[in-house]
Amino acid sequence: MASINELTERIHADSSEEIVAEYLERITNSRLNAFITVSKESALLQAQEIDAKGHDGPLAGIPIAIKDNISTKGIMTTCASKILTGYIPPYDAHVIEKLKNAGAIIIGKTNMDEFAMGSSTETSFYGPTLNAWDMTRVPGGSSGGSAAAVAGGEAPLSLGSDTGGSVRCPASFCGVVGLKPTYGVISRYGLISYANSLEQIGPFASSVRDVATLFDVIAGHDPRDSTSVKREGNYSPALENDVNGLKIGIPEEYFGEGIDRNVEKSVRDAINTLEELGATSMEVKMPHTKYALSAYYIIAMSEASSNLARFDGMRYGLRTEDHDWHTTFSHVRADGFGDEVKRRILLGTYALSAGYLDKYYLKALKIRTLIKQDFERAFKDADVLIAPTMPYPAFKIGEKIDDPISLYLADVETVPINLAGVPSISLPCGFSGSLPIGMQVIGKHFDEAAILRTAYTFEENTDFHKEGS
Amino acid sequence: MIGKKDLEHIGWLARLELSEEDKEKYTPKLNSILDYFGEIDKADTEGVEPLYHVLPMNNVFREDVPTRSLSQEEALSNAPKNQDGFIKAPRMM
Amino acid sequence: MYENPDGVMIGLEVHVQLNKLRTKVFCGCTTDYHNDPPNSHVCPVCLGLPGSLPVINKKAVEAAIKVGLALNCTIEEHTQFYRKNYYYPDLPKGFQITQYDFPISSGGYITIEGEDGEHRVGITRAHMEEDPGRLVHEGTIDKSKYTLIDYNRSGMALLEVVSDPDMRSPKEARRYLDKLRNILEYLDIFDGDLEGALRVDANISIMGGQRAEIKNISSHKGAERALLFEIVRQKNVLRRGGVVVQETRHFDEAREITLSMRSKEEAHDYRYFPEPDLVPLKISGWAPAIKAILPELPDARRLRFVEQYGITDDHAKALTSERKFAIFYEDVAKKVDPKMAAVWVCDVLKGELNYRDLPVEAFNKEHMLSVIYLLMNKKITEDGAVDIIRTLLDKGGTPDEVVKEKGLLKVEDDIVSTAAEEAIKENLQAVADYRAGKEKALNSLVGAVMKKTKGRADARTAREILLDKLG
Ligand SMILES: [Mg+2]
Ligand SMILES: [Zn+2]
Repeated sequence: MASINELTERIHADSSEEIVAEYLERITNSRLNAFITVSKESALLQAQEIDAKGHDGPLAGIPIAIKDNISTKGIMTTCASKILTGYIPPYDAHVIEKLKNAGAIIIGKTNMDEFAMGSSTETSFYGPTLNAWDMTRVPGGSSGGSAAAVAGGEAPLSLGSDTGGSVRCPASFCGVVGLKPTYGVISRYGLISYANSLEQIGPFASSVRDVATLFDVIAGHDPRDSTSVKREGNYSPALENDVNGLKIGIPEEYFGEGIDRNVEKSVRDAINTLEELGATSMEVKMPHTKYALSAYYIIAMSEASSNLARFDGMRYGLRTEDHDWHTTFSHVRADGFGDEVKRRILLGTYALSAGYLDKYYLKALKIRTLIKQDFERAFKDADVLIAPTMPYPAFKIGEKIDDPISLYLADVETVPINLAGVPSISLPCGFSGSLPIGMQVIGKHFDEAAILRTAYTFEENTDFHKEGS
Repeated sequence: MIGKKDLEHIGWLARLELSEEDKEKYTPKLNSILDYFGEIDKADTEGVEPLYHVLPMNNVFREDVPTRSLSQEEALSNAPKNQDGFIKAPRMM
Repeated sequence: MYENPDGVMIGLEVHVQLNKLRTKVFCGCTTDYHNDPPNSHVCPVCLGLPGSLPVINKKAVEAAIKVGLALNCTIEEHTQFYRKNYYYPDLPKGFQITQYDFPISSGGYITIEGEDGEHRVGITRAHMEEDPGRLVHEGTIDKSKYTLIDYNRSGMALLEVVSDPDMRSPKEARRYLDKLRNILEYLDIFDGDLEGALRVDANISIMGGQRAEIKNISSHKGAERALLFEIVRQKNVLRRGGVVVQETRHFDEAREITLSMRSKEEAHDYRYFPEPDLVPLKISGWAPAIKAILPELPDARRLRFVEQYGITDDHAKALTSERKFAIFYEDVAKKVDPKMAAVWVCDVLKGELNYRDLPVEAFNKEHMLSVIYLLMNKKITEDGAVDIIRTLLDKGGTPDEVVKEKGLLKVEDDIVSTAAEEAIKENLQAVADYRAGKEKALNSLVGAVMKKTKGRADARTAREILLDKLG
């Protein structure tokens, strides 16, 4: 898999158009179903323009794939839902503006779980995406298309979004690197909301360095997002091959019941590797972890039930036959949303409704406070925490789709991070048979530098990320 | 426990039409999920404040200065039905 | 004491558009859309496009604090926006961003001229929210085959002013609305003349029965009419032994009746929760700073006018009941005798404007001054002055032109005196009658003087001169 540096050299030697055409060719010949929309013409046009005029942006002429819940002006954006059939945003998300300014070329919109609700990319209206390492298995989700595109060589870079693990899970299952930044570091303007208080856009690449470069491009303050913080992206300088004196916290709760033995071993070996390189490790206690999954799902579903109310067929998207407005709205939504989305809307509506608000929504938010405090305590001693990203490697397509709870349980290692709003990066750290295993390095609020440096050092001293599929 | 009546009410609040078949299909799954969520009852949250915003931010404003709007054409470009510059919705009654 | 025989209790929820802001409450779209095509001032935010996010207009918060202070409310130091989740075709996101717990202001009052003198109407709260779009129906709402939506209005900053149920008659409700509008205009955050600027929902119950909520009232007169209709309707229900049910009713402005809107819509459950896309407001310190620069309000101005200009309280009240009028008066009063100005601006001009349903802008302030100068210099009669004002309102021109055209210049006193002498000589019978005690006979002598002077004499002067000559 080519890095940004290698591609930049090739663009100078040959042309961006050639590079873009190569990737487009690979997408066309692929069976992964990583893309919903391929923006062939506009990508080639943009590449020609860059070849003709030159561009000094950090991603000049380099193709990138975008999760289909990030608004792209003039390119259909569906959230993998029937309800957004034909929707072409008249505006660009903040990250898209930033990418365009950096010279990146959007080659297409990637497949995902419908409205980012899932961990397997099986709930897409456009069919499941396959895992490049084993096509009978899921790529993870919800940003499965974005991770699969990088793993399958269909794009060197991609963007996903991570509400409860949706970047880190597919990064782990697909053997690539994916970052969920601190809440507020990347503008959500233009990201179609699933659960606003939890989610962040995050970069995918095949190496930590490329993730950092892409992160630098898309991070930064945006006055259009009230939750965006005033910090600019400048994380690449943190990439030093050095973990001397680094204090690694090991949250034992993340290594408990239900974790695949190979996964546990790989992550513990990785910690040993870092210790050999000069880091130290200690156990940390995160006693409220066991409540995180329920709290996460209650909050996410509650917010989602409100966020998804706007899809009524009036201003955009699917419209069914007209009756009175109540009936029409109910028909449009019944026809346009898939089962998992409906389940979450119904449960979220229930959790917010009169008589249940305290029992579910408010209780979950109180647990959120406790989870955040767990992290604050852990970070008093540790610089970073290391844990498995997923409890097991990629599972079979169809294996869990009819059992929502077992599917939700897959997120047990990732959701606490979103509840606490801290950053976490997933990177390859081993194999279970032919399937990649990912570990996550978790940091304090705004301490992306520490987790990038840890991940970079690990990557520089191991070979897991180089074993292509 | 969500019964059929509850499900109908939630479906109404969420403007999701549910067929009899849907109701049969959803009820057990929703209940098993709620059952699982019941886990949180065990957490001791006495005196704990709910966390709405993970970062302690406040007072984020914009100035009262106009910015570019969409053109009427852009505003209507995705509307399945429109008429004379208006977006056309179904009848009220 | 007002008896309130029917036990009427009225509470009003008034949606006030902060339409003097330049932009909407959560996006940079202009508020100046009233004469433009539909959906021409919208953006991803106010159109509710997926992925768009709101950002609070700082000036809107300041305006809301101004209003809260003017309504004697407490301004909360911590305030927050919530989502109110419900569906309606005018609502682009399927929820409205509004306030719930922690509204920006609460616990105030407005003083009105009630059924039995000064009456205080409590203000429960005044909270900020966003305006939905505008719906257009072909014909009536119940017959129209489709609904047209214009989102230009969507996202306008609203203040929802909720009163306690303290009004005891439709008249008090109207007075409350007039007073509220007046206060808002004094604050310079609101233009009540713009379409949709002020919209009213009214809650009314009688005899302690269930209350009906009347929606879709767009004028003060409409509110009074709707409430009058509703009292009669509820009394009829009770008289027939029925029960007044709690329900939402729609005011049909054309027919001046209210219609039941009973439907499944009644099963509301708004599922309020804090808007995750907006962070809380901590505004301690704002209220004192804004209070320090708050403009003078109607009640204060009324007291000042009495004190400063020596005019009657009735005049002061009438003059300050509309901000533009108060400014008009004060500009005139500074240059002439303020009491005389009060008579001419309040008693005469205001009456003539009301008769013609014209705003104060329809009359030039300089013209008012000219008319008063002419009167002070005894160049015209009072009747002549009224004539000038009417002519200017109906036909335009300047006071000088009207005076010239109509020959309104008053004749000199010695000409009146000569005419009086002639009149006495020519009407000996009338003189005799008058001397015999028939007071009325003097009128025919005054008439004779007016005839001789072709009406340009001042009748009062003529009478005085006649009396003088008759001894
Ligand atoms: Mg309201
Ligand atoms: Zn707007």
